[in-house]
Amino acid sequence: MRRLNVLVCAGAACVSSQSQETRDALRVEVERQGLAEEVQIVETGCMGPCELGPVLVVYPDGAFYVRVKPADAAEIVSEHFLKGRPVRRLLWEDPQARRIVEQKKQIPFFEKQLKVVLSNCGAIDPENLDEYIAVGGYEALGRVLTERSPAEAVAEIEASGLRGRGGAGFPTGLKWRLVAQEKRTPKYVVCNGDEGDPGAFMDRSLLEGDPHAILEGMAIAAYAVGAEKGYIYVRAEYPLAISRLRVAIEQARRAGLLGTRILETDFSFDVELRIGAGAFVCGEETALIASIEGRRGIPRTRPPYPAARGVFDQPTLINNVETWGNIRHIALRGAAWFRTMGTATSPGTKVFALSGKVRNTGLVEVPMGTTLRELVFDIGGGIPDGKACKAVQTGGPSGGCIPEHLLDTPIDYESLKALGTIMGSGGVIVMDEDNCMVNIARYFLEFTCDESCGTCVPCRAGTRQMLEILDRIVEGRAEAADVERLRSLGETIRRTSLCGLGQAAPNPVLSTMEHFADEYRAHIEEGRCPARVCRSLLRYEIDPSTCRACDRCRQACPVEAITGQPGKGSYVVNADACIRCGRCRDVCPFGAVAVTSGREA
Amino acid sequence: MKLEDLRKIRERAAKEIALRQGDARVRLVVGMGTSGIAAGARDVLAALLDEIAKRDLSDVVVTQTGERGLASSEPVVEVHVKDDPAVVVYGDMTSEKARRVIADHVVQGNPVREFVIEVRR
Repeated sequence: MRRLNVLVCAGAACVSSQSQETRDALRVEVERQGLAEEVQIVETGCMGPCELGPVLVVYPDGAFYVRVKPADAAEIVSEHFLKGRPVRRLLWEDPQARRIVEQKKQIPFFEKQLKVVLSNCGAIDPENLDEYIAVGGYEALGRVLTERSPAEAVAEIEASGLRGRGGAGFPTGLKWRLVAQEKRTPKYVVCNGDEGDPGAFMDRSLLEGDPHAILEGMAIAAYAVGAEKGYIYVRAEYPLAISRLRVAIEQARRAGLLGTRILETDFSFDVELRIGAGAFVCGEETALIASIEGRRGIPRTRPPYPAARGVFDQPTLINNVETWGNIRHIALRGAAWFRTMGTATSPGTKVFALSGKVRNTGLVEVPMGTTLRELVFDIGGGIPDGKACKAVQTGGPSGGCIPEHLLDTPIDYESLKALGTIMGSGGVIVMDEDNCMVNIARYFLEFTCDESCGTCVPCRAGTRQMLEILDRIVEGRAEAADVERLRSLGETIRRTSLCGLGQAAPNPVLSTMEHFADEYRAHIEEGRCPARVCRSLLRYEIDPSTCRACDRCRQACPVEAITGQPGKGSYVVNADACIRCGRCRDVCPFGAVAVTSGREA
Repeated sequence: MKLEDLRKIRERAAKEIALRQGDARVRLVVGMGTSGIAAGARDVLAALLDEIAKRDLSDVVVTQTGERGLASSEPVVEVHVKDDPAVVVYGDMTSEKARRVIADHVVQGNPVREFVIEVRR
């Protein structure tokens, strides 16, 4: 009998900060100190607070350890596992209250979350089918297969009001019904795991942490719409997700939960993995279908929609990873239960990947209707280093920036759309006063411009034109009329592009133009970058009264732009030669190097 | 595998992860400070675990704690019952006494009076 369960996070972030070495060291110590019979060490999926990794939880007490190194293993085993005294220096400490928190559930980061889709992530071993079954896994599939007709299964999802978690928010149940109504066979179900937004890792974490939940959701859908084959499309950059999926598919086949005659009923369903090469456009459903078929991943016009003509021209049901993760919960606990969470038009929860200028970066799940402020300040812990929050970006390169004064907006599909952004798949990037909004908009546009597949003109040529204007703005070469050009181009691209990639590409630019017009004006009219980010608009100067002629800046300068003699007078930066790298400022012990921006009066 | 087989697996597997749910009816705390270990707390702990496994008790967890200042009465075992403010503390424990605590106190609800050294509220 085991008296302790030690859950070590093996999400990709913790693995890259050596959680597996820490796990091995713990195993060795547990063995050495004779506790192997009493202590079980389990690897789980992502627990969420990625910047604290490697993290581990010890049950039954619920002690939450952060930043555990292999060298800490001996002390944890002898003090905590043997003598029952948690190693306090490794427990999470509340940065505001400066006190150690002994139990995971008391930590504000976890306290304010509602984990439904992520309930198993960080709680079970994703490579152990028994643990998934222990928490009710495959019960939903079993009940649907034995107690419900396919039509009833579709009706349950429709009644739940679940909407697509990939970003657009299309009603999931309606999609299911459209595919179920198609007479042609074979039909296919597809899991869209082509997560490509910079700063987004929701799908990856779910695939890594709870792969069976995705398989179960897909199997339920296949029964409901009359499909026998499914594809999971994951990008090759997610090796851990791929390997855990492979293990899960193999286990499910062996247990008779995938393959022919599932749970000894007449229903058969199997899943194949498709590894994508990492093109952003393949997240678009028609491009993804082309890629599954082995063709180049480019979108086509819709209609016909995939529900009628999808994979190999057959009726196809495509849902995002997180959408699939909701299915088993709805099938098991019912549509009415699902509607108790979230808002009337956006029921349920949403998973977000929190990153940028925020204390607790990581993976979080909250009910829809939670405000962005709660997400950033209560769960995210606010902005580090005493800086002020300037904006929050949602939806990645397809989304927009929301200024600080609108952070009390509830998170749901309609409210975010009204602000010129989108829910997107769930990437949330927090920005502080040091971020230049023009530069941010330029960054995202450069990304979509680069990822444009080139099929349609508005996206291929239009985003390039927008990028050139933005380049002029950040380099101080723009003219007043450029703002209008940017707006008109953006609106045209939004209206006329073939697929979602192009239609959403102008969002970061248009939303920052609306909410941060003063920053655009400062760049164009005054040649000034208020956040002092855009290099071309910066000027480095040495204050003669504080300079002590120590010579450090001259030595650090990579382009010999600084002149002066050690110990004599003051040093001078030659503005024409200066490349504005900022090294002189970093090395100056006296704070004599000042950065200014804006044309000289 | 049929749905019934799946449910059987779940029953068995759920016990393996019950520790993580944190809703145990009884929590046994063994004093595992230096003096506790020296007085044989490891054997007491092993006996408790063994007895719980034999009786297939799924609502009991065993944890440890450090010195409680009762060195002369070590090994010490505390019994915490859910929703009961009184904590029963047993002293001078042995493997045999530990098994009786499980049988009489944990299972039947009758504290073993002769081993009790303190009742804390």
